[in-house]
Amino acid sequence: MSFRAPGFPRAGLGILVGVGLAYAIVCSVRALYGWDPVVDGDAVLQVALIAAPLGFLIGLGAFDYWFRWAIGAPTLPEDHSGHGARSWKDYFRVNTDHKVIGVQYMVTSFVFLGIGGMFAMLVRAELAQPGMQFVDPNAFNGLFSVHASVLIFLFIIPVFAGIANYVLPLMIGAPDMAFPRLNALSFWLLPVAGVMMLLSFLAPGGAFATGWTAYAPLSTEAPIGQVFFTIGVQFAGASSIATALNFLVTIVTMRAPGMSFFRMPLLVWANFATSLLVVIATPFVAASQFFVLLDRALGFNFFNAAKGGDVLMYQHVFWFYSHPAVYIMMLPGFGIISEIIAVKARKPIFGYRMMAFSLLAIVVLGFTVWAHHMFVSGMQEWIRVPMMITTAVIAVPTGIKIFSWLATLWRGVLHLDTPMLFALGFLTMFTLGGISGVTLAMVPFDIHVSDTYYIVAHIHYVLFGGSLFTIFAGVYYWFPKITGRMYDERLGRWHFWTTFVAFNCTFAPMHLIGIEGMPRRVADYAETFAGWNLFISIASFVVGLSTLIFVYNMVTSWRAGVRAPANPWRAMTLEWQVSSPPPIFNFDTIPTVVGGPYEYGVPGAVHGVFKDAEVKTTATPAGAAPAGD
Amino acid sequence: MRRHPTAVMVVAGVIASAIGIVLALAIEWFPTVAATQTKKISTLYDVLLIASVPIFVLVVTVVVAAVIRFRMRPGQEDQDGPPIHGNTRLEVIWTVLPALLILGLCTYSYIVLEDIEKAPAAAQELRIGVHGEQFAWTFTYPEEVTGGEELTTTELVLPVDRSVRFSITTADVIHDFWVPDFAMKLDAVPGLTTHYRVTPTRLGTYPVVCAELCGLGHSVMRSRVRVVEQAEFERWLAEQSTPAVEEGAGPDEQVAAGKQIFASEGCGGCHTLADAGSGGQIGPNLDDVLKGVDEAKIREDIVDPDAQIAAGYGAGIMPSTYGQTLSDSELDALVAYLKEATK
Repeated sequence: MSFRAPGFPRAGLGILVGVGLAYAIVCSVRALYGWDPVVDGDAVLQVALIAAPLGFLIGLGAFDYWFRWAIGAPTLPEDHSGHGARSWKDYFRVNTDHKVIGVQYMVTSFVFLGIGGMFAMLVRAELAQPGMQFVDPNAFNGLFSVHASVLIFLFIIPVFAGIANYVLPLMIGAPDMAFPRLNALSFWLLPVAGVMMLLSFLAPGGAFATGWTAYAPLSTEAPIGQVFFTIGVQFAGASSIATALNFLVTIVTMRAPGMSFFRMPLLVWANFATSLLVVIATPFVAASQFFVLLDRALGFNFFNAAKGGDVLMYQHVFWFYSHPAVYIMMLPGFGIISEIIAVKARKPIFGYRMMAFSLLAIVVLGFTVWAHHMFVSGMQEWIRVPMMITTAVIAVPTGIKIFSWLATLWRGVLHLDTPMLFALGFLTMFTLGGISGVTLAMVPFDIHVSDTYYIVAHIHYVLFGGSLFTIFAGVYYWFPKITGRMYDERLGRWHFWTTFVAFNCTFAPMHLIGIEGMPRRVADYAETFAGWNLFISIASFVVGLSTLIFVYNMVTSWRAGVRAPANPWRAMTLEWQVSSPPPIFNFDTIPTVVGGPYEYGVPGAVHGVFKDAEVKTTATPAGAAPAGD
Repeated sequence: MRRHPTAVMVVAGVIASAIGIVLALAIEWFPTVAATQTKKISTLYDVLLIASVPIFVLVVTVVVAAVIRFRMRPGQEDQDGPPIHGNTRLEVIWTVLPALLILGLCTYSYIVLEDIEKAPAAAQELRIGVHGEQFAWTFTYPEEVTGGEELTTTELVLPVDRSVRFSITTADVIHDFWVPDFAMKLDAVPGLTTHYRVTPTRLGTYPVVCAELCGLGHSVMRSRVRVVEQAEFERWLAEQSTPAVEEGAGPDEQVAAGKQIFASEGCGGCHTLADAGSGGQIGPNLDDVLKGVDEAKIREDIVDPDAQIAAGYGAGIMPSTYGQTLSDSELDALVAYLKEATK
């Protein structure tokens, strides 16, 4: 065990040094000012929550290369020792291989899905009957707050980043991401954020209990557990931004020769659009949480109305990120569905260009709708109608996508295996979530159902029936490529059908009890809602159990599944043209792209070719490629 | 049938839409229609349902029809579909039609919004203050309504068929004043006074709910609103200005009155008290903490709850307004009751 070499021993030391620094800084400043007590636990904790994770990351070696470079020391010659994985231990170090990082992202995210899902089960256990049975109101508020925060910031957003991390460089014919070291750092920021949010349960006063929205001034006055969210979001957000920059640069500069923008698979388009959203929007959520931190830690009065603060400002800044965040959590899923539907229906994507343009339309429109979360917030009234119109209009580009997928199915040869089942489940369930979204845009109806279970139903149709179904579809679809093994098809179907039915039984009735008057985020509720709540709780436990089928399938198939061929789905995109799993640097020869990605049914059509120099000489380099397909 | 599968699909879709719309409209979605606003918003929702069901049915029908007609059959393992890349006319249609539908719905919603928020034309509007504080609502009837002194209560009483404009305030965190049966809600925001109006149209008692997460006791921050005839409303207003507990009432009457106050103020929402049959867990268990405590201390605990806090509970959670909302004689009665009940 060496404390000099990068790794977990040094990372542990880094944490200790971070905590020690926090004590030193806080105590010396307090002593200089003559404040009493000199050792203030809350103050030390807040500084330590920033210093200890940084110590951990430095200790782990995430910054080693840059430090050496910055101080002018000789940097380690790039011998690619940080690349690839030969044993499971290689997944627990700073690894610069996008395929290893992709797996790290996905496995970590699914662990957090398990934890966040368990919290949902506890919430539903408490809500099965009116009155309080299992937890007290403070613990209940903590459970649903951490449930949402973990599943948004540590599952949906990063798992999409993980899938794209693995697949996207392969799809565009690149040997890796543009910035492999930044990529490694992006990943390691995530467990930091996740562990921090979970540790909040150990804080005096309990976990952060103000919802994932953390509205001020409730959050500025909450017990110290709130800070675990405030600072945790900074780490998750930094991870998101770094990854998005990486994707943008990779997509713009590292496409294979001949891969023009309009020859890119739609998954690449979707991540291009998502990364634009992340880069522009995520700094706003960071700012909103910095405001809260400054209010709490340093006595700023951003949200103290008595001192001239503006309470509504928090919500504007927060939602300016958090509405685009909904698309950050959906557009990559659109990309996955486009890949799967084209391959499994054996047809080109219907209206490819409109599919790409509608993504960009959603990016632009997505920034003009945030105040629809604030129709009952007490903000200026006139803005409600313009925001209602922009919100409803987003249904148009989204509708284009839904209809184009339907048209792609039409007259195809449908392979109804597990990825396709989840894709079709997504199509129907996301349509429902989209429709309830349009009803919520209508101001008078929104006034009645804001902050009710109708909202809970809507967001779960979008994030579970939408995002999670696409994630399941994508994981099954690329499982052979990633692991080199086939998953168990029969278990996959069982997983789909149990999840699909139980999901609907859980969330459909919430529309009704919401309109009937059950507010959300309540530990206790009126007797009239008892029947439906018991039904919902039982159904939610079935959702939880159905996920075990998925876990069992993934674990056993990865260990002992049938060996997967390079291209089990007869897909055209480049990731399927290399072995499963792919070689350490993806391509032995860089492919040349000569056609569109979905030319199924076109006699003799190929997307990329690997061999002859003849094609290479005529091809244009990436970036300068002419449009055309 | 076999020769016209697409026609079969269209017919099935139309029938399914019709059945879906009938079913959706048959469900009683809204609570009691107790205000003009509820009526208009529930009508808007019916229109949204009628517009939504066919769209959902369309998507499901196409998916199901595609699965039935185009699923891979034995022998087709290596086949592909026809290479159709798009159809401009179709794409224009499914861009323009939804856009028109959306704009139609927005226009209608705008009209409804104007309608439910406009001031009453003729009759004088009632103005009532609503104050949210962790975790209770208080309502203020100004002098122009009471005709005498300003009145602050914990129960909201409204005359039927008269527009009322609420002015909503809070001193601590954000709350949201919602009467589900009136279908209107708005946040109470520190530093702002927000407003909305309703016209109750149906006699009865309805719940008042806090709809914005406000902390530990959010789920018990409930009250009720009574909608009564105008004459009854005036009688109630007059009653409120006379003390609820007669001066010089005997100890038994005081205890009985105190028990009523404990119930009507909603103390049991947060506090456990065996005698009152309440099991709230937000605040301390009164059976334990008040045992053997003298009257003066109990009184202080009610009017100035943060002066001394039971171990394990936080400051600023119990409302500090009971000194204002309860009269001296009511406080005496409540203290007498708590002393008696925890003896």
